[in-house]
Amino acid sequence: MDVMPKWAEVILVPLISLILAAILSALVILAIGENPVEAVNLMVTGAIGSTYGWGYTLYYATNFMFTGLAVSVAFHAGLFNIGGEGQAMLGGLGVALVLLFIPWPHWTIALLAATAGAAVFGALWAAIPAYLQAKRGSHIVITTIMFNFIAAAVLNYMLVNQLRPAGSMDPATERFREAVHLPNLHEMLAPIGINFSKAAPANVSLVIAIIACVLVWLLIWRTPLGLEIRSYGKSGRAAKYAGIGAVRITMIAMLISGALAGMMAINNVMGEAERLVLNAVEGAGFIGIAVALMGRSHPFGVFLAAILFGFLYQGGAELALWTSIPRELIVVIQALVILFTGALDNMVRMPLEKVFLAARNARASKSVEPAE
Amino acid sequence: MDFLALFDLAVLDSTIRLATPLLLACLAGLFSERAGIFDIGLEGKMLFAAFFSAAVAALTGSVWLGLLAGIASSMVLSGIHGLASITFRGNQLISGVAINFLAAGMTVLIAQDWFQQGGRTPSLIGGGRFEPIILPFAESLRGVPFLGPIYAELISGHSILVYVALLAVPGTWWLLFRTRFGLRLRAVGENPAAVDTAGVSVVGLRFVAVGICGVLCGIAGAYLATGLQAGFVKDMTAGRGFIALAALIFAKWRPWHALWATLLFGYLQAIALRPDIIEGALGFKVQVQLLDALPYILTVVILAGFVGKAIPPRAGGEPYVKER
Amino acid sequence: MTAPAIELKGISKAFGPVQANKDISIRVMSGTIHGIIGENGAGKSTLMSILYGFYKADAGEIFIGGNKTEIPDSQAAIAAGIGMVFQHFKLVENFTVLENIILGAEDGGLLKPSLSKARKTLLDLEKEYDLKVDPDAIIEEIGVGMQQRVEILKALYRQANILILDEPTGVLTPAEADQLFRILGRLKEEGKTIILITHKLREIMDITDTVSVMRRGEMTATVKTAETSPEELAELMVGRKVLLRVDKAPATPGDVVLDVQNLKVVDEQGVERLRGIDLQVRAGEIVGIAGVAGNGQSELLEVLGGYEDATGTVTLNGQPIDLTGKYSDGRSRRDRGIAHVPEDRQREGLIMDFPAWENTAFGYHRDAAYTSGLLSNNAAIKADTAEKMERFDVRPPHPHLAAKNFSGGNQQKIVLAREIERNPDLLLIGQPTRGVDIGAIEFIHQQIVALRDQGKAILLVSVELEEILGLADRVAVMFDGQIMGERQTTETDEKELGLLMAGITDTDKPHTMAEIEANLAHAHGNASKEV
Repeated sequence: MDVMPKWAEVILVPLISLILAAILSALVILAIGENPVEAVNLMVTGAIGSTYGWGYTLYYATNFMFTGLAVSVAFHAGLFNIGGEGQAMLGGLGVALVLLFIPWPHWTIALLAATAGAAVFGALWAAIPAYLQAKRGSHIVITTIMFNFIAAAVLNYMLVNQLRPAGSMDPATERFREAVHLPNLHEMLAPIGINFSKAAPANVSLVIAIIACVLVWLLIWRTPLGLEIRSYGKSGRAAKYAGIGAVRITMIAMLISGALAGMMAINNVMGEAERLVLNAVEGAGFIGIAVALMGRSHPFGVFLAAILFGFLYQGGAELALWTSIPRELIVVIQALVILFTGALDNMVRMPLEKVFLAARNARASKSVEPAE
Repeated sequence: MDFLALFDLAVLDSTIRLATPLLLACLAGLFSERAGIFDIGLEGKMLFAAFFSAAVAALTGSVWLGLLAGIASSMVLSGIHGLASITFRGNQLISGVAINFLAAGMTVLIAQDWFQQGGRTPSLIGGGRFEPIILPFAESLRGVPFLGPIYAELISGHSILVYVALLAVPGTWWLLFRTRFGLRLRAVGENPAAVDTAGVSVVGLRFVAVGICGVLCGIAGAYLATGLQAGFVKDMTAGRGFIALAALIFAKWRPWHALWATLLFGYLQAIALRPDIIEGALGFKVQVQLLDALPYILTVVILAGFVGKAIPPRAGGEPYVKER
Repeated sequence: MTAPAIELKGISKAFGPVQANKDISIRVMSGTIHGIIGENGAGKSTLMSILYGFYKADAGEIFIGGNKTEIPDSQAAIAAGIGMVFQHFKLVENFTVLENIILGAEDGGLLKPSLSKARKTLLDLEKEYDLKVDPDAIIEEIGVGMQQRVEILKALYRQANILILDEPTGVLTPAEADQLFRILGRLKEEGKTIILITHKLREIMDITDTVSVMRRGEMTATVKTAETSPEELAELMVGRKVLLRVDKAPATPGDVVLDVQNLKVVDEQGVERLRGIDLQVRAGEIVGIAGVAGNGQSELLEVLGGYEDATGTVTLNGQPIDLTGKYSDGRSRRDRGIAHVPEDRQREGLIMDFPAWENTAFGYHRDAAYTSGLLSNNAAIKADTAEKMERFDVRPPHPHLAAKNFSGGNQQKIVLAREIERNPDLLLIGQPTRGVDIGAIEFIHQQIVALRDQGKAILLVSVELEEILGLADRVAVMFDGQIMGERQTTETDEKELGLLMAGITDTDKPHTMAEIEANLAHAHGNASKEV
């Protein structure tokens, strides 16, 4: 029996978890001898106090929307894809290959092609763990983690031994052509009279990420396939009963998941760096886990959580710039968010349920239902 | 081509050293998972312990205090995992992931605050490290053909924690299969309701198991930073916690098999460090990145191909809720 | 007058918003067998779990032998001399009998001394109560009857004076049930007090001294068994007069709809679970499959329902259906006109977290009526659900409510509505009334008979012999993956079917318990898993 009303489930529980994570983060900041209030001030000013800050916040948020959606789709199928990091690395490779070797006339077609390339590479990287899980029963959590390490080695090999321009010491590709430069928010908003920061990296990929949110929502809640994915995630036996194939759903869900993670590369590789570097993903694949948990695997939740983490990421970078707090603070916050919204969910939920139950009993002590 | 070089004493010696943290972590996972608590946070616990043991050893100059600090810090994370997965019946995988990130972030954060060396501890010297122990007669028996060098180089000359890890194997076996505690621990991982209705606390047993897991991970981490290497560097566990988990599945949750499995993975890591030997054996040069990835690739291959039907403890991963 | 062995005063217990026990008081005299009867969900198991310390009561007092006793956990219950045999056994499957018996009651930290002491005690108990078990057998390799004896021995090993048994005969053949009742009689003679929880009126009448009736979490009456009748008890249970038999006209079977020839299934462990099944179901008849749980009935439904591969031939209306490959899944079966109400509706038939409307489409969600282009037509599904809920009297009739919020009977109606409203040629239906209240049982039985009378073929699997005898026109008995025999339900009885269920085909001759036991043990050696 549902004890809590839906709004409490969807808003109150994650909010309280977030507040708990924030309090603990503040304590961590205190413990390393910094002032949490000043830190928050710095983060707010740095992340949303200017269009420059917003530009970075939204840039990071774009990454996290893709990886958050990736983790969410897998979650719906009952699969825990920790391989978003590696899939995003491979997605970057896909983007680089598409953009380096084909002379695209205009960024629009290039973006379409790069998105496809990123999605295909990310999906392929997810396909192997998915296949091993579906056919051989290899634990997908462990294999996707292993594939993160292997992806790093692949990328390293490609950049150092294959794609590095002759004479360069830097393990990175050469810059992409000027024609495939993606319009950033400054260029997009100028025609309608908004003067957005020129230096900020947020770009047209943000629009693609938002479209992806909408499409994933349609897929999960408005298509027969979505029902199948969710059914399989809830009960393998029920799926079998209904004729929903385990192998098929595992493969489809992971391919979509990997493709979404890979698509992040149109933002960071094509949109921002405009070349492929070694550490392009910067942990965004992992942050996707926190974003998905926080957003309750719902695309709108993921959208909001991604912006929040974009804020934290950009704010954290500002902190590292102006104080002695290293950027790893964001990893700690991310861990705390995962802990509270994911693993310690019941710690928040159980007392809340009691409160709502008491309120309900007080309201009406009329008919009662028996049970065994 | 020189295939014998693949098994020369130096490689095997380094196999034992590299297998030690894997073995300790694998046994740690064995206790936890045998009690029905999945733990993908082995990695984070080791990393946490590696940092705190190195940090305390660096600050006090005593490796033993470092070891204690490592164990204590790992147990704090075990406590969080227990709280999340036993008390609040949360998702054990998610809790493990959170713990891994918590360790990855906190170690650098604290290292920067304490030492300002970019997330590492100062190099450990003298009493800050575990020194190799020379077993009795190691030198005098070296001359004995075949067995002499094996004893002197392979068996003797490791840090005390290596021997602790090796002794933990029969210890674990005995505890699990010959004592009341072991019977209850195995029972709670198979059917917690049976333990509950027999009047034994499921929560208590599982916390003890998670606690032991913390101790062993603590030793593993301490060995990494104070035995295998001389100090802590960022992310120094490098996936060992996950490889240990793969070894645990490969070992089908049995202590002696865990030893063989971790020795195999240790060997893969040892050989990956020796491109010269691989080149000698294969007759062509192997890319360094491939060697880097080799232990991870082989982990996947072993999980996919050689495990067969590994049946985990039946109540594993499921929080215990009295059924209605 | 001596104090009662157990006295409960004013026990109340709520699970969240659900009141499972309401102010219950009961006294059980020492050395008697006391029955507690009630419908599913009446609160019987909850009450006994409170007595055993498995749940904590919200209010009320417990007196054992006249002394007020706190029972916060099972440890305390054991100390107070209470033992409980749960409906789902609480045994560690891959441990030996002996290890299960000492678990939690070991002597000292080392296992060896505990085990050898337990072995001796076990021999004594075996002699005293005629409870034969093999101490070194692995639980998952022995039969259910023997597992149950291990549970009883566990309690006796802990020196229990009060033994609670929760629905103990659900998994037993009639002969095994009789054997159990003899053991209980023996225990009673030795001065033990026994509480028997059941929903079977016959058992109450056969073995108990006194009986308490529970309804909707309340205790409605306690009477001496000798002074009551099944009809009176049934009325007390339900609160109104109940039709105890299914009202149906004789069947008029038509053409063969389902024809199964030499059907075989091998499971993942390589054990043969179906060993050559031959079976026919005709239009307009209900064929019942009887048998003790775990003898292949589930596999038969799973193969026909399309979620397990098999060999052999199965035809539907003369056309073969695929038993392996792409077109052997549940969806293909539905396309061929096979509807399936699965045995485990909570894990297979429904997704408990999904709303009723999604569950109504589940399995048929790709039908043209439920889709428009690539998308689902959720409005159509919801409208259809509302209509079905109305026709099947599902309460509350809210399509948006999650399946888990409906009672067992209403959940079953949702599944039934989904499956039979498709106008299938063949309906597979497993345990149609398990966990369903009596009111809904009548309705569900009527629906099944009505479907038969429309000329549909129905294959019914049930472990309740009464249900098979009442509902089916013809019955086939399964044992160890084979069909032991077929009978017209009008020409057979529980006793004959009971022998077939134990694998004994020459049902005219008398048979000893030992023979039956040997047969059952052999079958479990073949197929130990499940159950």
